[in-house]
Amino acid sequence: MTYTFSSQDVHMVAKLANIPIDETQAVSLAEGFTKTMIVLDQLQRIDTKDIHEDYHAVDLENVTREDIVDESRMFTQEQALSNALRTHNGYIVVDQVIDYQDE
Amino acid sequence: MSYTPIIGLEIHVELKTQSKMFCGCKNDPFHAPKPNIYTCPVCLGMPGGLPVPNKKAIEWTIMLGLALNCKINMVSKFDRKHYFYPDLSKGYQISQYDQPLCLGGVLSLPEGDVRIHRVHLEEDTGKLQHTTIDGKEVTLIDFNRSGVPLIEIVTEPDIRSGEHAKSFLKKLHQIIRYLDISDADMEKGSMRLEPNISVKQSEDEGLPPYKIEVKNINSFNFVKKAIEYEVARHISIFESGATPKQETRGWNEDAGQTFSQRSKEHAEDYRYFPDPDIPPLHFTEQYIESLRENLPELPDEKARRFKEAYQLSDQLIDMLIASRQIAQYFEDAVKEGRNHNLAPTTIANWIINKKVDIHAVSATDLLHQIVQATTVIHVSDDEMQQAIHDVILDHEKAVQDYKAGKKPALMFLFGQVMKKLHGKGDKKIIYDRLERSLS
Amino acid sequence: MTLHRLTLTKAIELIKSKEVSVQEVHGEVHAFIREKNPTLNVYLSIDEHSSEKGNPETDLAGVPIAIKDNFLTVGLPTTASSRVLEGFYSPYESTVTKRIKDAGGVVIGKTNLDAWAHGSSTETSDFGTTRNPDNPDYSPGGSSGGSAAAVSADMCIAAIGSETAGSIRIPACWCGCVGLKPTYGRVSRAGVIAMGSSLDCPGPMTKTVEDAAILLRYMAGKDLYDATSSNRKAPDYRSSLQKGVKGMRIGIIYMDHLHMPQEVKEVVINAGKLFASHGAIVDEIKLSQTLEKDKVLSPDYAVAVYTIVQRSEVASNLARYDGIRYGRDRSHFGNEAKRRIMLGTFTLSKGYADKYYIKAQQVRMLYKKNFDQLFSSYDLLISTPSPGYALKVGASEGNPMFGEVVDMLNEPSSLAGNPAISIPCYRDSKTNLSLGLAIIGDHFEEEKVLQAAYLYERETPWNRWIHKVDKI
Repeated sequence: MTYTFSSQDVHMVAKLANIPIDETQAVSLAEGFTKTMIVLDQLQRIDTKDIHEDYHAVDLENVTREDIVDESRMFTQEQALSNALRTHNGYIVVDQVIDYQDE
Repeated sequence: MSYTPIIGLEIHVELKTQSKMFCGCKNDPFHAPKPNIYTCPVCLGMPGGLPVPNKKAIEWTIMLGLALNCKINMVSKFDRKHYFYPDLSKGYQISQYDQPLCLGGVLSLPEGDVRIHRVHLEEDTGKLQHTTIDGKEVTLIDFNRSGVPLIEIVTEPDIRSGEHAKSFLKKLHQIIRYLDISDADMEKGSMRLEPNISVKQSEDEGLPPYKIEVKNINSFNFVKKAIEYEVARHISIFESGATPKQETRGWNEDAGQTFSQRSKEHAEDYRYFPDPDIPPLHFTEQYIESLRENLPELPDEKARRFKEAYQLSDQLIDMLIASRQIAQYFEDAVKEGRNHNLAPTTIANWIINKKVDIHAVSATDLLHQIVQATTVIHVSDDEMQQAIHDVILDHEKAVQDYKAGKKPALMFLFGQVMKKLHGKGDKKIIYDRLERSLS
Repeated sequence: MTLHRLTLTKAIELIKSKEVSVQEVHGEVHAFIREKNPTLNVYLSIDEHSSEKGNPETDLAGVPIAIKDNFLTVGLPTTASSRVLEGFYSPYESTVTKRIKDAGGVVIGKTNLDAWAHGSSTETSDFGTTRNPDNPDYSPGGSSGGSAAAVSADMCIAAIGSETAGSIRIPACWCGCVGLKPTYGRVSRAGVIAMGSSLDCPGPMTKTVEDAAILLRYMAGKDLYDATSSNRKAPDYRSSLQKGVKGMRIGIIYMDHLHMPQEVKEVVINAGKLFASHGAIVDEIKLSQTLEKDKVLSPDYAVAVYTIVQRSEVASNLARYDGIRYGRDRSHFGNEAKRRIMLGTFTLSKGYADKYYIKAQQVRMLYKKNFDQLFSSYDLLISTPSPGYALKVGASEGNPMFGEVVDMLNEPSSLAGNPAISIPCYRDSKTNLSLGLAIIGDHFEEEKVLQAAYLYERETPWNRWIHKVDKI
């Protein structure tokens, strides 16, 4: 069974993805996504019972760095803030956020 | 109806590595002279920044896992956890989802064992500060803390009281300090505590159908109080025939109460998936064993050894092993004390009772102090008798008071005798003599 | 003089021998850019002072090199062709451009791409479509369409592109130049705007195979800032170019695919014959719908696998663009990026990740196993990156899966992380458009890929620079 997107589904995904969309867009996106899902659902035909998924094409493991401060790559405060829209006394500024996230 | 509190803890601990978790930026957010000076493409979430994990942070997490009797996952990985918040520079936090470094440990406590569900490694976020600029309410962001290595420890819901939770936390804190992997300073936020609290009714099967999470608590005592407050609150809700509502609450120390926090607006769907930028971790038994060998002697072990080697009381041992430094100081003093015929008990008592500042007084100086204070300088009977006699004559009023039943007057007279003798002689004998002379 | 037409190999040689100066080369390239850019829309930004930065006493002798605008460069803006990053000046340099600069290459400008590299035509660029220099009614392909067009139109000496699945090979094929997608991990991704992190590969886009060999050498190698970059030493690819294909076992793939046109089939089979005449053992490998020994797994499923993996990674990688630390907020994403972010958010979401994301990764492993098995008996596989010529500008409109379908033949090798090259193998005299030959190698065997490509290029008339420019 192919997943059929409703505009409500699209709104939910848009909210998760933090992408602002309106109802007209949601309706047209739902249609497009449903079409795409027909292609994606072809995968369900393939038997992958004994396949262990791997997330890397090339076999690398245990790539770590030593615990050393790398000054050469650190930004000055000026560099760090150089592209920020709003700053104040070395801080980056946003409109006050009210809800509390996990720390 | 009987009620059983069901409590679990989630603890975050910032590691005190030199550099951050996934980049070479300096890890010292609390002492940074200015905001946003310890950043780079990786922790500032610039386009094209790629994480490379800090080897020491991984080692330390495994060492903590071993100290908490966990099983180490021989295959582990880092995952991306997605949510949007201004302090999260990449729109995701690199954390560990289904293959944490450590699983299934246990910590033994007098109040009952607490099992450890998991210990994993992740990165901290930037720090937010809410303020008003030009009449506008704004939030300031400092990314110095972004990407600092953070360990998350999750217990099973085995804790049954506030006291039990406090005892667990103290022990965990002690172990972390023994491993020397974090300042674990709650004031600064390098150790953060979140109890999950529910109350089971006697007829409930399994766990209660709800859970209250209390956030942003910055002391063990407040955890204890918050738990006690919540347990009482839940019971009273049950008594009224209702069930507590699952939510996140905060702790208000001034009011001594928890309070309901605005519930999160966003749906909780973190869309975890393995971070494609970080190849998986694959450990060998040999590597894990080498880390195990590098563990310092931990508090429980030390307590056992102290009891056996020095025959000290449990209470004294507890205080001596509070930190590795005190324990080491004590052992150094004991070693040197052998030359002065000083018993470990004498040294232990002195350190604890006199609240010796181990950083100010060297073990050698300490021994001198003890020797001086405990060596009795001989006084002849005549000299003692003369002193008592003189004092009785000089302080007629006090003598009368004592005879009239005012006991403190005896201590005053005793002090006067000691003064005359310049601290010489055995205090017990002098006291007895004085008492007898007055009767 | 027509110095802009020089190959990288020749330009270095002439500058080193002082027959021409760095300034002369830059001057003619700039002049040609000024002439062509208004109609072709190849460059998004240009360094007018590039010639001052060229040092003839370096390996790359100060030649002007065009860089796809998803590589972070200090001094020129980096936009990924998106309004979100319009006006963004990076405070740091990508590893690839740093290495190119260290070797003496000079960044002459940044080239157009599909916004965020999402597409196969440059049509999703927020700054207009690039035109195919060989025929401006046609698309240059994408997403590295600007870099391919810059090479093809002689608006640079060489260029750098990046590929997730087809983004180097398709535009190289459609524009009639050389495009090499290295093994995943061969070239650092640090400082490249991430699209599909488990797939992205920077690579050279050049006039000749030798040029690609030269550039790859400087691009490749371990980077401490990219944990997925390989420790293997990067060889001097140029020194082994002339080794030929004698004794190599070469398999021809995808010729029995339903949509393979006869015309394309013929040029690929002929390429096989050419390799056989030079001592290779060549045979055709049959397609299979399931994983079977000595058969090649149908690329049909790769569209779904690739779409899911790439959308999921895109959704995650683009989460950082919130307009707080740099750039504009998320409402400025174009429609294609929004679609990809949302679909990728869905394929990773609770309740659907198993069915889509994890399933896709499992099928991805089938492709990897398939290539591992084939490369245990073959040295190289040959095919085409595109089953036909460039499509007309506008062909992608209203087709949300346009890129994925165009890229289909490249997706299996990208999913498996293998290196592959596209080189011109035919040119239609009426449209002036090219077909491309794909040569795919085992992991980290770029040398073999380049050897075969070099031989083909010398033995056939299709490389326009070798057969004209070298004789100036």
